[in-house]
Amino acid sequence: MPTDAGAAGKVMTLGEIIGELRSGMTIGIGGWGSRRKPMALVRALAASRLSDFTIVSYGGPDVGLLVAAGKVRRVVTGFVSLDSIPLEPHFRQARQRGAIELTELDEGMLHWGLLAAAHRLPFLPMRAGLGSDVLRVNPNLRKVRSPYADGEEFVAVPALTLDAAFVHMNRADARGNGQYLGPDPYFDDLYCLAAERAYLSCERIVPTSALVTAGPLQSLLVNRAMVTGVVETPNGAHFTSCVPDYDRDEAFQARYARSAASPEAWEDFRAAFLSDGEDGYQAAVARFSAGAVDPAGAAEARA
Amino acid sequence: MTGTEVTLAEICVVACAEAWRGDGALVASPMGLIPTLGARLAQLTFEPDLLITDGEATLVAPAGPREGEQPDDQPDAGRVTEGWLPFRQVFTMLAAGRRHVMMGASQLDQFGNQNISCIGDWARPKAQLLGVRGAPGNTVNHPVSYWLPRHTRRVLVDQVDMVSGVGYNRAAGLGGRAAKFHELRRVVTNLAVLDFGGPDHSMRLRSVHPGVTVSDVAEATGFLLAAPYQVPQTRLPTAAELALIRDHLDPQSHRDQELA
Repeated sequence: MPTDAGAAGKVMTLGEIIGELRSGMTIGIGGWGSRRKPMALVRALAASRLSDFTIVSYGGPDVGLLVAAGKVRRVVTGFVSLDSIPLEPHFRQARQRGAIELTELDEGMLHWGLLAAAHRLPFLPMRAGLGSDVLRVNPNLRKVRSPYADGEEFVAVPALTLDAAFVHMNRADARGNGQYLGPDPYFDDLYCLAAERAYLSCERIVPTSALVTAGPLQSLLVNRAMVTGVVETPNGAHFTSCVPDYDRDEAFQARYARSAASPEAWEDFRAAFLSDGEDGYQAAVARFSAGAVDPAGAAEARA
Repeated sequence: MTGTEVTLAEICVVACAEAWRGDGALVASPMGLIPTLGARLAQLTFEPDLLITDGEATLVAPAGPREGEQPDDQPDAGRVTEGWLPFRQVFTMLAAGRRHVMMGASQLDQFGNQNISCIGDWARPKAQLLGVRGAPGNTVNHPVSYWLPRHTRRVLVDQVDMVSGVGYNRAAGLGGRAAKFHELRRVVTNLAVLDFGGPDHSMRLRSVHPGVTVSDVAEATGFLLAAPYQVPQTRLPTAAELALIRDHLDPQSHRDQELA
Protein backbone atom coordinates (compact mmCIF):
# COMPACT_ATOMS: atom_id res chain seq x y z
CA MET A 1 0.00 0.00 0.00
CA PRO A 2 1.44 3.34 -1.02
CA THR A 3 2.38 5.80 1.66
CA ASP A 4 2.23 9.59 1.52
CA ALA A 5 5.56 9.93 -0.21
CA GLY A 6 5.41 6.54 -1.84
CA ALA A 7 5.28 5.28 -5.37
CA ALA A 8 1.76 6.63 -5.90
CA GLY A 9 2.96 10.22 -5.37
CA LYS A 10 1.96 12.58 -8.16
CA VAL A 11 4.13 15.53 -7.22
CA MET A 12 5.41 17.36 -10.28
CA THR A 13 7.11 20.64 -11.02
CA LEU A 14 5.41 23.44 -12.93
CA GLY A 15 7.78 22.74 -15.80
CA GLU A 16 6.92 19.05 -15.88
CA ILE A 17 3.21 19.88 -16.01
CA ILE A 18 3.60 22.38 -18.85
CA GLY A 19 5.73 19.75 -20.58
CA GLU A 20 2.71 17.43 -20.77
CA LEU A 21 0.65 20.04 -22.67
CA ARG A 22 0.51 20.84 -26.37
CA SER A 23 -0.42 23.92 -28.38
CA GLY A 24 -4.05 24.07 -29.43
CA MET A 25 -5.37 22.18 -26.40
CA THR A 26 -8.62 23.03 -24.61
CA ILE A 27 -7.75 23.91 -21.02
CA GLY A 28 -10.24 24.45 -18.21
CA ILE A 29 -9.22 26.71 -15.34
CA GLY A 30 -10.95 26.45 -11.94
CA GLY A 31 -11.82 29.18 -9.47
CA TRP A 32 -14.17 32.07 -10.22
CA GLY A 33 -13.39 35.62 -11.40
CA SER A 34 -10.48 36.77 -9.28
CA ARG A 35 -10.90 34.04 -6.68
CA ARG A 36 -8.72 30.96 -6.04
CA LYS A 37 -7.28 30.86 -9.54
CA PRO A 38 -4.34 28.51 -10.25
CA MET A 39 -2.22 31.50 -11.22
CA ALA A 40 1.20 29.82 -10.83
CA LEU A 41 0.14 27.29 -13.48
CA VAL A 42 -1.32 30.10 -15.59
CA ARG A 43 1.92 32.08 -15.32
CA ALA A 44 3.92 29.01 -16.32
CA LEU A 45 1.67 28.50 -19.32
CA ALA A 46 1.96 32.19 -20.26
CA ALA A 47 5.76 31.90 -20.15
CA SER A 48 5.85 28.70 -22.22
CA ARG A 49 6.40 28.32 -25.97
CA LEU A 50 2.91 26.84 -26.33
CA SER A 51 -0.05 28.79 -27.74
CA ASP A 52 -3.39 28.63 -29.57
CA PHE A 53 -5.37 27.47 -26.53
CA THR A 54 -9.09 27.32 -26.00
CA ILE A 55 -9.66 28.42 -22.41
CA VAL A 56 -12.80 27.37 -20.50
CA SER A 57 -13.21 29.47 -17.38
CA TYR A 58 -15.38 31.54 -15.09
CA GLY A 59 -12.95 34.14 -16.24
CA GLY A 60 -10.67 36.40 -14.27
CA PRO A 61 -7.02 37.35 -14.58
CA ASP A 62 -6.26 33.78 -15.74
CA VAL A 63 -7.98 34.62 -19.02
CA GLY A 64 -6.60 38.17 -19.12
CA LEU A 65 -3.00 37.12 -18.52
CA LEU A 66 -3.06 34.36 -21.14
CA VAL A 67 -4.76 36.66 -23.65
CA ALA A 68 -2.17 39.38 -23.00
CA ALA A 69 0.60 36.84 -23.49
CA GLY A 70 -0.85 35.90 -26.87
CA LYS A 71 -1.66 32.32 -25.90
CA VAL A 72 -5.39 32.24 -26.54
CA ARG A 73 -7.35 31.48 -29.67
CA ARG A 74 -10.78 31.13 -28.07
CA VAL A 75 -12.37 31.81 -24.69
CA VAL A 76 -15.41 29.85 -23.50
CA THR A 77 -17.06 31.78 -20.68
CA GLY A 78 -20.03 33.68 -19.27
CA PHE A 79 -17.94 36.60 -18.03
CA VAL A 80 -14.38 37.77 -17.49
CA SER A 81 -14.02 39.99 -14.42
CA LEU A 82 -11.54 40.94 -11.73
CA ASP A 83 -14.43 41.33 -9.21
CA SER A 84 -13.24 44.54 -7.56
CA ILE A 85 -12.40 45.79 -11.08
CA PRO A 86 -15.55 44.70 -12.95
CA LEU A 87 -14.13 44.52 -16.49
CA GLU A 88 -10.95 42.51 -17.20
CA PRO A 89 -8.92 45.02 -19.23
CA HIS A 90 -6.82 42.61 -21.33
CA PHE A 91 -9.82 40.50 -22.30
CA ARG A 92 -11.75 43.66 -23.07
CA GLN A 93 -9.08 45.01 -25.40
CA ALA A 94 -8.59 41.70 -27.17
CA ARG A 95 -12.32 41.50 -27.86
CA GLN A 96 -12.44 45.07 -29.11
CA ARG A 97 -9.47 44.42 -31.41
CA GLY A 98 -11.05 41.21 -32.67
CA ALA A 99 -7.95 39.35 -31.52
CA ILE A 100 -9.69 36.36 -29.90
CA GLU A 101 -12.69 34.16 -30.60
CA LEU A 102 -15.41 33.87 -27.98
CA THR A 103 -17.98 31.25 -27.04
CA GLU A 104 -20.25 33.31 -24.82
CA LEU A 105 -22.46 31.18 -22.59
CA ASP A 106 -24.75 31.75 -19.65
CA GLU A 107 -22.88 31.01 -16.37
CA GLY A 108 -25.15 28.07 -15.66
CA MET A 109 -24.56 26.67 -19.15
CA LEU A 110 -20.84 26.51 -18.41
CA HIS A 111 -21.61 24.49 -15.26
CA TRP A 112 -23.92 22.21 -17.26
CA GLY A 113 -21.31 21.73 -20.01
CA LEU A 114 -18.69 20.70 -17.43
CA LEU A 115 -21.18 18.38 -15.72
CA ALA A 116 -22.07 16.77 -19.07
CA ALA A 117 -18.38 16.25 -19.82
CA ALA A 118 -17.73 14.84 -16.34
CA HIS A 119 -20.65 12.42 -16.79
CA ARG A 120 -19.49 11.53 -20.33
CA LEU A 121 -22.78 12.76 -21.79
CA PRO A 122 -22.89 14.58 -25.14
CA PHE A 123 -25.17 17.29 -23.73
CA LEU A 124 -27.51 18.20 -20.91
CA PRO A 125 -30.85 19.97 -21.42
CA MET A 126 -31.30 23.39 -19.89
CA ARG A 127 -33.76 26.26 -19.92
CA ALA A 128 -31.05 28.95 -19.79
CA GLY A 129 -30.28 30.49 -23.16
CA LEU A 130 -33.80 30.21 -24.59
CA GLY A 131 -34.92 33.57 -25.97
CA SER A 132 -31.50 35.18 -25.49
CA ASP A 133 -28.84 36.13 -28.02
CA VAL A 134 -26.61 33.37 -26.64
CA LEU A 135 -28.29 31.22 -29.30
CA ARG A 136 -27.68 33.87 -31.98
CA VAL A 137 -23.94 34.18 -31.30
CA ASN A 138 -23.47 30.41 -30.90
CA PRO A 139 -25.10 29.05 -34.08
CA ASN A 140 -23.80 25.57 -33.26
CA LEU A 141 -25.97 25.33 -30.14
CA ARG A 142 -28.89 22.98 -30.72
CA LYS A 143 -32.23 22.59 -29.00
CA VAL A 144 -33.76 19.34 -27.80
CA ARG A 145 -37.38 18.44 -27.09
CA SER A 146 -38.40 16.46 -24.04
CA PRO A 147 -39.47 12.94 -25.08
CA TYR A 148 -42.01 12.91 -22.24
CA ALA A 149 -45.58 14.19 -22.16
CA ASP A 150 -44.56 17.79 -21.44
CA GLY A 151 -42.79 18.08 -24.84
CA GLU A 152 -40.87 21.11 -23.58
CA GLU A 153 -38.01 22.48 -25.64
CA PHE A 154 -34.57 23.09 -24.11
CA VAL A 155 -31.10 24.16 -25.08
CA ALA A 156 -28.90 21.07 -25.46
CA VAL A 157 -25.77 22.34 -23.70
CA PRO A 158 -22.86 20.44 -25.26
CA ALA A 159 -20.27 18.75 -23.07
CA LEU A 160 -17.24 20.96 -22.41
CA THR A 161 -14.67 18.20 -22.63
CA LEU A 162 -11.20 19.41 -21.68
CA ASP A 163 -7.76 18.23 -22.64
CA ALA A 164 -6.41 19.54 -19.35
CA ALA A 165 -7.66 21.25 -16.20
CA PHE A 166 -5.85 23.52 -13.74
CA VAL A 167 -7.24 24.01 -10.22
CA HIS A 168 -5.77 25.50 -7.05
CA MET A 169 -6.50 24.15 -3.58
CA ASN A 170 -5.48 25.33 -0.14
CA ARG A 171 -4.08 21.91 0.79
CA ALA A 172 -3.37 18.64 -0.95
CA ASP A 173 -1.47 15.47 -0.32
CA ALA A 174 1.16 14.03 -2.62
CA ARG A 175 -1.33 11.55 -4.05
CA GLY A 176 -3.68 14.21 -5.41
CA ASN A 177 -6.33 14.54 -2.73
CA GLY A 178 -7.20 18.24 -2.65
CA GLN A 179 -8.85 20.39 0.00
CA TYR A 180 -10.39 23.86 -0.23
CA LEU A 181 -10.71 25.80 3.02
CA GLY A 182 -12.55 28.88 1.72
CA PRO A 183 -16.29 29.51 1.41
CA ASP A 184 -16.91 28.15 -2.09
CA PRO A 185 -15.72 25.04 -3.97
CA TYR A 186 -16.61 26.76 -7.26
CA PHE A 187 -16.59 23.98 -9.91
CA ASP A 188 -13.08 22.67 -9.46
CA ASP A 189 -14.08 19.02 -9.06
CA LEU A 190 -16.05 19.18 -12.31
CA TYR A 191 -13.13 20.76 -14.19
CA CYS A 192 -10.97 17.84 -13.06
CA LEU A 193 -13.51 15.22 -14.10
CA ALA A 194 -14.21 16.94 -17.43
CA ALA A 195 -10.51 16.79 -18.32
CA GLU A 196 -8.27 14.16 -19.82
CA ARG A 197 -5.59 15.26 -17.33
CA ALA A 198 -6.06 17.44 -14.28
CA TYR A 199 -3.29 19.35 -12.53
CA LEU A 200 -3.76 20.54 -8.99
CA SER A 201 -1.63 23.28 -7.49
CA CYS A 202 -1.88 23.98 -3.78
CA GLU A 203 -0.58 26.25 -1.06
CA ARG A 204 0.91 23.34 0.86
CA ILE A 205 1.38 19.64 0.32
CA VAL A 206 0.68 17.95 3.64
CA PRO A 207 0.58 14.34 4.84
CA THR A 208 -2.76 12.74 4.04
CA SER A 209 -3.50 12.47 7.74
CA ALA A 210 -3.25 16.26 8.08
CA LEU A 211 -6.09 16.91 5.63
CA VAL A 212 -8.93 15.86 7.87
CA THR A 213 -7.61 17.90 10.76
CA ALA A 214 -7.30 21.05 8.61
CA GLY A 215 -10.98 21.27 7.76
CA PRO A 216 -14.29 19.42 7.71
CA LEU A 217 -14.65 16.23 5.70
CA GLN A 218 -16.71 18.13 3.13
CA SER A 219 -13.71 20.34 2.35
CA LEU A 220 -12.00 17.38 0.64
CA LEU A 221 -13.38 18.42 -2.75
CA VAL A 222 -10.99 16.70 -5.13
CA ASN A 223 -9.89 13.10 -4.75
CA ARG A 224 -6.89 11.38 -6.27
CA ALA A 225 -8.99 9.57 -8.90
CA MET A 226 -9.56 12.97 -10.48
CA VAL A 227 -5.98 14.22 -10.51
CA THR A 228 -2.95 13.63 -12.76
CA GLY A 229 -0.36 15.77 -11.05
CA VAL A 230 0.16 17.88 -7.91
CA VAL A 231 2.43 20.85 -7.44
CA GLU A 232 3.06 22.91 -4.32
CA THR A 233 2.95 26.61 -5.21
CA PRO A 234 2.90 28.79 -2.06
CA ASN A 235 1.05 32.03 -2.82
CA GLY A 236 0.26 30.32 -6.11
CA ALA A 237 -3.20 31.87 -6.49
CA HIS A 238 -1.73 35.36 -6.10
CA PHE A 239 -3.05 37.96 -6.82
CA THR A 240 -6.48 36.34 -6.65
CA SER A 241 -7.97 35.49 -3.27
CA CYS A 242 -7.21 32.17 -1.59
CA VAL A 243 -8.94 32.51 1.75
CA PRO A 244 -8.26 31.65 4.50
CA ASP A 245 -4.59 31.59 3.44
CA TYR A 246 -4.75 35.11 1.94
CA ASP A 247 -7.11 37.67 0.47
CA ARG A 248 -6.94 39.16 -2.99
CA ASP A 249 -3.93 41.49 -3.36
CA GLU A 250 -5.88 44.54 -4.50
CA ALA A 251 -2.82 46.77 -4.86
CA PHE A 252 -1.11 44.25 -7.10
CA GLN A 253 -4.30 43.55 -9.04
CA ALA A 254 -4.54 47.28 -9.77
CA ARG A 255 -0.90 47.16 -10.93
CA TYR A 256 -1.79 44.27 -13.22
CA ALA A 257 -4.83 46.11 -14.58
CA ARG A 258 -2.66 49.13 -15.44
CA SER A 259 -0.51 46.87 -17.60
CA ALA A 260 -3.34 46.91 -20.16
CA ALA A 261 -2.86 50.64 -20.77
CA SER A 262 -0.51 50.11 -23.73
CA PRO A 263 1.72 47.45 -25.29
CA GLU A 264 4.65 49.12 -23.50
CA ALA A 265 2.86 48.90 -20.15
CA TRP A 266 2.26 45.19 -20.71
CA GLU A 267 5.89 44.65 -21.70
CA ASP A 268 6.98 46.46 -18.52
CA PHE A 269 4.72 44.25 -16.42
CA ARG A 270 5.86 41.11 -18.18
CA ALA A 271 9.52 42.00 -17.78
CA ALA A 272 9.12 42.93 -14.12
CA PHE A 273 7.04 39.98 -12.99
CA LEU A 274 6.78 37.20 -15.57
CA SER A 275 10.27 36.83 -17.02
CA ASP A 276 11.97 34.83 -14.26
CA GLY A 277 9.76 31.88 -13.35
CA GLU A 278 7.49 31.45 -10.35
CA ASP A 279 10.24 32.10 -7.79
CA GLY A 280 11.17 35.27 -9.64
CA TYR A 281 7.53 36.30 -9.70
CA GLN A 282 7.11 35.79 -5.97
CA ALA A 283 10.31 37.71 -5.25
CA ALA A 284 9.19 40.59 -7.49
CA VAL A 285 5.79 40.62 -5.77
CA ALA A 286 7.50 40.73 -2.38
CA ARG A 287 9.53 43.74 -3.52
CA PHE A 288 6.41 45.38 -4.96
CA SER A 289 4.52 44.86 -1.71
CA ALA A 290 7.39 46.19 0.35
CA GLY A 291 7.19 49.36 -1.72
CA ALA A 292 10.64 48.74 -3.13
CA VAL A 293 11.48 50.00 -6.58
CA ASP A 294 9.19 48.43 -9.14
CA PRO A 295 11.22 48.50 -12.35
CA ALA A 296 8.08 48.70 -14.47
CA GLY A 297 6.59 51.43 -12.30
CA ALA A 298 9.84 53.32 -12.58
CA ALA A 299 9.72 52.93 -16.35
CA GLU A 300 6.18 54.28 -16.33
CA ALA A 301 7.28 57.23 -14.25
CA ARG A 302 10.04 58.01 -16.75
CA ALA A 303 7.71 57.71 -19.74
CA MET B 1 -28.93 61.67 11.72
CA THR B 2 -32.68 61.25 11.41
CA GLY B 3 -34.50 64.49 10.84
CA THR B 4 -32.34 65.59 7.92
CA GLU B 5 -33.88 65.64 4.48
CA VAL B 6 -34.51 62.34 2.72
CA THR B 7 -31.97 61.74 -0.05
CA LEU B 8 -32.52 60.30 -3.52
CA ALA B 9 -30.38 57.31 -2.57
CA GLU B 10 -32.66 56.57 0.39
CA ILE B 11 -35.76 56.79 -1.81
CA CYS B 12 -34.10 54.37 -4.24
CA VAL B 13 -33.16 51.95 -1.44
CA VAL B 14 -36.80 51.77 -0.38
CA ALA B 15 -38.01 51.48 -4.00
CA CYS B 16 -35.60 48.55 -4.47
CA ALA B 17 -36.75 46.97 -1.20
CA GLU B 18 -40.34 47.08 -2.49
CA ALA B 19 -39.34 44.83 -5.41
CA TRP B 20 -39.08 41.89 -3.00
CA ARG B 21 -42.38 42.57 -1.17
CA GLY B 22 -44.43 39.40 -1.00
CA ASP B 23 -41.62 37.07 -2.05
CA GLY B 24 -41.36 35.14 1.22
CA ALA B 25 -38.55 32.60 1.50
CA LEU B 26 -36.73 33.33 -1.79
CA VAL B 27 -33.05 34.08 -2.26
CA ALA B 28 -32.78 37.82 -2.93
CA SER B 29 -29.76 38.45 -5.15
CA PRO B 30 -29.07 42.17 -5.41
CA MET B 31 -26.36 43.47 -7.77
CA GLY B 32 -25.00 46.81 -6.60
CA LEU B 33 -25.05 48.63 -3.27
CA ILE B 34 -28.47 50.31 -3.39
CA PRO B 35 -30.24 47.04 -4.30
CA THR B 36 -28.24 45.30 -1.54
CA LEU B 37 -29.38 47.86 1.01
CA GLY B 38 -32.91 47.48 -0.36
CA ALA B 39 -32.90 43.70 0.04
CA ARG B 40 -31.52 43.96 3.56
CA LEU B 41 -34.07 46.63 4.45
CA ALA B 42 -36.88 44.42 3.14
CA GLN B 43 -35.50 41.51 5.17
CA LEU B 44 -35.34 43.68 8.30
CA THR B 45 -38.88 45.00 7.92
CA PHE B 46 -41.76 43.77 5.75
CA GLU B 47 -40.16 40.65 4.18
CA PRO B 48 -38.35 38.87 7.04
CA ASP B 49 -38.31 35.48 5.32
CA LEU B 50 -36.01 36.62 2.46
CA LEU B 51 -32.63 34.87 2.20
CA ILE B 52 -29.57 37.04 1.53
CA THR B 53 -25.88 36.20 1.13
CA ASP B 54 -22.86 38.15 2.29
CA GLY B 55 -21.89 38.59 -1.37
CA GLU B 56 -20.11 35.25 -1.39
CA ALA B 57 -21.31 31.87 -0.21
CA THR B 58 -22.71 32.57 3.27
CA LEU B 59 -26.40 33.16 3.93
CA VAL B 60 -26.78 35.77 6.65
CA ALA B 61 -29.92 36.73 8.52
CA PRO B 62 -30.62 39.50 11.00
CA ALA B 63 -30.35 38.31 14.56
CA GLY B 64 -30.83 41.74 16.00
CA PRO B 65 -33.07 44.70 15.43
CA ARG B 66 -36.40 44.37 13.69
CA GLU B 67 -38.65 47.31 12.95
CA GLY B 68 -39.43 49.20 16.12
CA GLU B 69 -36.45 47.89 18.01
CA GLN B 70 -33.36 49.89 18.77
CA PRO B 71 -31.01 49.60 15.77
CA ASP B 72 -27.43 48.63 16.29
CA ASP B 73 -24.49 50.92 15.56
CA GLN B 74 -22.47 48.16 13.93
CA PRO B 75 -23.69 47.36 10.44
CA ASP B 76 -22.82 43.68 10.77
CA ALA B 77 -23.58 43.22 14.43
CA GLY B 78 -26.66 41.19 14.98
CA ARG B 79 -26.25 39.17 11.82
CA VAL B 80 -26.21 35.44 12.05
CA THR B 81 -25.02 32.83 9.56
CA GLU B 82 -27.99 30.69 8.61
CA GLY B 83 -26.74 28.74 5.62
CA TRP B 84 -24.35 28.01 2.79
CA LEU B 85 -24.95 29.04 -0.81
CA PRO B 86 -21.93 28.37 -3.03
CA PHE B 87 -22.32 29.13 -6.74
CA ARG B 88 -23.33 25.57 -7.60
CA GLN B 89 -26.22 25.88 -5.14
CA VAL B 90 -27.12 29.33 -6.49
CA PHE B 91 -27.54 27.71 -9.90
CA THR B 92 -29.74 25.00 -8.44
CA MET B 93 -31.91 27.46 -6.48
CA LEU B 94 -32.14 29.57 -9.64
CA ALA B 95 -33.35 26.65 -11.75
CA ALA B 96 -35.78 25.71 -8.98
CA GLY B 97 -37.24 29.22 -9.16
CA ARG B 98 -36.41 30.01 -5.52
CA ARG B 99 -34.69 33.31 -6.29
CA HIS B 100 -35.45 36.92 -7.26
CA VAL B 101 -32.48 38.83 -8.63
CA MET B 102 -32.10 42.56 -9.15
CA MET B 103 -29.55 43.06 -11.92
CA GLY B 104 -28.09 46.11 -13.59
CA ALA B 105 -28.36 46.82 -17.30
CA SER B 106 -26.10 48.61 -19.73
CA GLN B 107 -29.10 48.66 -22.08
CA LEU B 108 -32.76 47.83 -21.44
CA ASP B 109 -35.55 48.00 -24.02
CA GLN B 110 -39.31 48.56 -23.89
CA PHE B 111 -40.08 44.87 -23.28
CA GLY B 112 -37.27 44.34 -20.78
CA ASN B 113 -34.62 42.79 -23.00
CA GLN B 114 -31.40 43.54 -21.14
CA ASN B 115 -27.79 43.80 -22.27
CA ILE B 116 -24.73 43.52 -20.02
CA SER B 117 -22.55 41.77 -22.59
CA CYS B 118 -21.15 44.30 -25.06
CA ILE B 119 -21.94 47.46 -27.02
CA GLY B 120 -21.88 47.35 -30.80
CA ASP B 121 -21.48 44.33 -33.05
CA TRP B 122 -20.93 41.22 -30.93
CA ALA B 123 -18.31 39.84 -33.34
CA ARG B 124 -16.07 42.79 -32.63
CA PRO B 125 -17.67 45.03 -30.05
CA LYS B 126 -17.09 48.72 -29.66
CA ALA B 127 -17.09 48.10 -25.91
CA GLN B 128 -16.76 44.69 -24.30
CA LEU B 129 -18.71 44.69 -21.04
CA LEU B 130 -19.23 41.92 -18.47
CA GLY B 131 -20.59 39.17 -20.69
CA VAL B 132 -24.09 37.71 -20.39
CA ARG B 133 -23.27 36.28 -16.92
CA GLY B 134 -26.36 34.53 -15.51
CA ALA B 135 -28.90 36.82 -17.18
CA PRO B 136 -30.19 34.35 -19.80
CA GLY B 137 -30.90 31.69 -17.18
CA ASN B 138 -32.19 34.08 -14.52
CA THR B 139 -34.82 35.58 -16.78
CA VAL B 140 -36.40 32.28 -17.91
CA ASN B 141 -36.39 30.73 -14.44
CA HIS B 142 -37.45 33.21 -11.77
CA PRO B 143 -38.47 36.83 -11.05
CA VAL B 144 -36.01 39.50 -12.15
CA SER B 145 -35.93 43.23 -11.41
CA TYR B 146 -33.54 45.90 -12.62
CA TRP B 147 -31.69 48.77 -10.98
CA LEU B 148 -30.53 51.59 -13.26
CA PRO B 149 -28.65 54.34 -11.40
CA ARG B 150 -28.52 56.44 -14.59
CA HIS B 151 -31.84 56.69 -16.40
CA THR B 152 -30.86 57.98 -19.84
CA ARG B 153 -31.59 57.31 -23.51
CA ARG B 154 -28.27 55.50 -23.72
CA VAL B 155 -29.53 52.93 -21.22
CA LEU B 156 -33.26 52.79 -21.96
CA VAL B 157 -32.98 52.11 -25.66
CA ASP B 158 -35.16 51.13 -28.59
CA GLN B 159 -33.12 47.99 -29.22
CA VAL B 160 -30.34 46.36 -27.19
CA ASP B 161 -27.15 45.20 -28.92
CA MET B 162 -26.97 41.74 -27.28
CA VAL B 163 -29.93 40.20 -25.49
CA SER B 164 -28.52 38.87 -22.23
CA GLY B 165 -31.67 38.98 -20.08
CA VAL B 166 -34.85 37.98 -21.93
CA GLY B 167 -37.71 40.46 -22.32
CA TYR B 168 -41.45 39.81 -22.52
CA ASN B 169 -41.73 39.85 -26.33
CA ARG B 170 -39.10 37.12 -26.65
CA ALA B 171 -40.38 35.12 -23.66
CA ALA B 172 -43.88 35.05 -25.21
CA GLY B 173 -42.47 33.12 -28.17
CA LEU B 174 -40.90 30.43 -26.00
CA GLY B 175 -44.01 28.62 -24.87
CA GLY B 176 -43.65 25.91 -22.24
CA ARG B 177 -42.53 26.65 -18.77
CA ALA B 178 -39.81 29.13 -19.77
CA ALA B 179 -42.58 31.62 -20.66
CA LYS B 180 -44.48 30.73 -17.49
CA PHE B 181 -41.46 31.23 -15.22
CA HIS B 182 -40.47 34.49 -16.92
CA GLU B 183 -41.38 37.53 -14.82
CA LEU B 184 -39.83 40.98 -14.85
CA ARG B 185 -41.04 42.50 -11.62
CA ARG B 186 -39.93 46.13 -11.55
CA VAL B 187 -37.34 48.62 -12.73
CA VAL B 188 -35.98 51.16 -10.27
CA THR B 189 -34.01 54.10 -11.67
CA ASN B 190 -32.65 57.36 -10.31
CA LEU B 191 -35.79 59.06 -11.72
CA ALA B 192 -38.67 56.65 -11.32
CA VAL B 193 -40.14 53.23 -10.63
CA LEU B 194 -41.43 51.28 -13.62
CA ASP B 195 -42.98 47.90 -14.34
CA PHE B 196 -44.14 45.95 -17.39
CA GLY B 197 -47.87 46.59 -17.04
CA GLY B 198 -48.14 48.49 -20.34
CA PRO B 199 -49.69 47.10 -23.55
CA ASP B 200 -48.22 43.66 -24.42
CA HIS B 201 -46.10 43.81 -21.23
CA SER B 202 -44.31 46.96 -22.32
CA MET B 203 -42.62 49.18 -19.77
CA ARG B 204 -44.94 51.42 -17.78
CA LEU B 205 -44.24 54.30 -15.45
CA ARG B 206 -45.39 53.47 -11.94
CA SER B 207 -44.16 56.46 -9.94
CA VAL B 208 -41.75 59.35 -10.20
CA HIS B 209 -39.30 60.29 -7.46
CA PRO B 210 -39.83 63.63 -5.70
CA GLY B 211 -38.87 66.56 -7.91
CA VAL B 212 -39.05 64.49 -11.11
CA THR B 213 -41.83 65.07 -13.66
CA VAL B 214 -43.38 62.59 -16.06
CA SER B 215 -41.90 64.53 -18.98
CA ASP B 216 -38.43 64.33 -17.37
CA VAL B 217 -38.77 60.55 -17.45
CA ALA B 218 -40.17 60.47 -21.01
CA GLU B 219 -37.32 62.73 -22.12
CA ALA B 220 -34.72 60.37 -20.64
CA THR B 221 -36.29 57.25 -22.18
CA GLY B 222 -35.45 56.05 -25.70
CA PHE B 223 -38.87 54.52 -26.39
CA LEU B 224 -42.53 55.36 -25.84
CA LEU B 225 -43.34 54.74 -22.21
CA ALA B 226 -46.82 53.71 -21.09
CA ALA B 227 -48.12 55.77 -18.17
CA PRO B 228 -51.39 56.07 -16.26
CA TYR B 229 -53.27 59.38 -16.40
CA GLN B 230 -52.07 60.27 -12.93
CA VAL B 231 -48.55 59.17 -12.01
CA PRO B 232 -48.05 59.09 -8.25
CA GLN B 233 -44.88 60.04 -6.42
CA THR B 234 -42.57 57.22 -5.27
CA ARG B 235 -43.26 56.54 -1.62
CA LEU B 236 -40.87 58.09 0.88
CA PRO B 237 -39.04 56.04 3.48
CA THR B 238 -40.76 55.76 6.83
CA ALA B 239 -38.96 57.09 9.89
CA ALA B 240 -38.16 53.52 10.93
CA GLU B 241 -36.77 52.71 7.48
CA LEU B 242 -34.64 55.83 7.50
CA ALA B 243 -33.23 54.95 10.88
CA LEU B 244 -32.35 51.45 9.68
CA ILE B 245 -30.67 52.75 6.51
CA ARG B 246 -28.76 55.56 8.21
CA ASP B 247 -27.81 54.05 11.52
CA HIS B 248 -27.68 50.34 10.83
CA LEU B 249 -27.29 49.36 7.17
CA ASP B 250 -25.08 52.10 5.74
CA PRO B 251 -23.83 54.50 8.42
CA GLN B 252 -20.97 55.67 6.16
CA SER B 253 -23.43 56.73 3.42
CA HIS B 254 -21.72 54.75 0.67
CA ARG B 255 -25.14 54.71 -1.02
CA ASP B 256 -24.74 58.26 -2.31
CA GLN B 257 -21.71 57.26 -4.42
CA GLU B 258 -23.76 54.89 -6.56
CA LEU B 259 -25.76 57.87 -7.82
CA ALA B 260 -22.80 60.21 -8.21
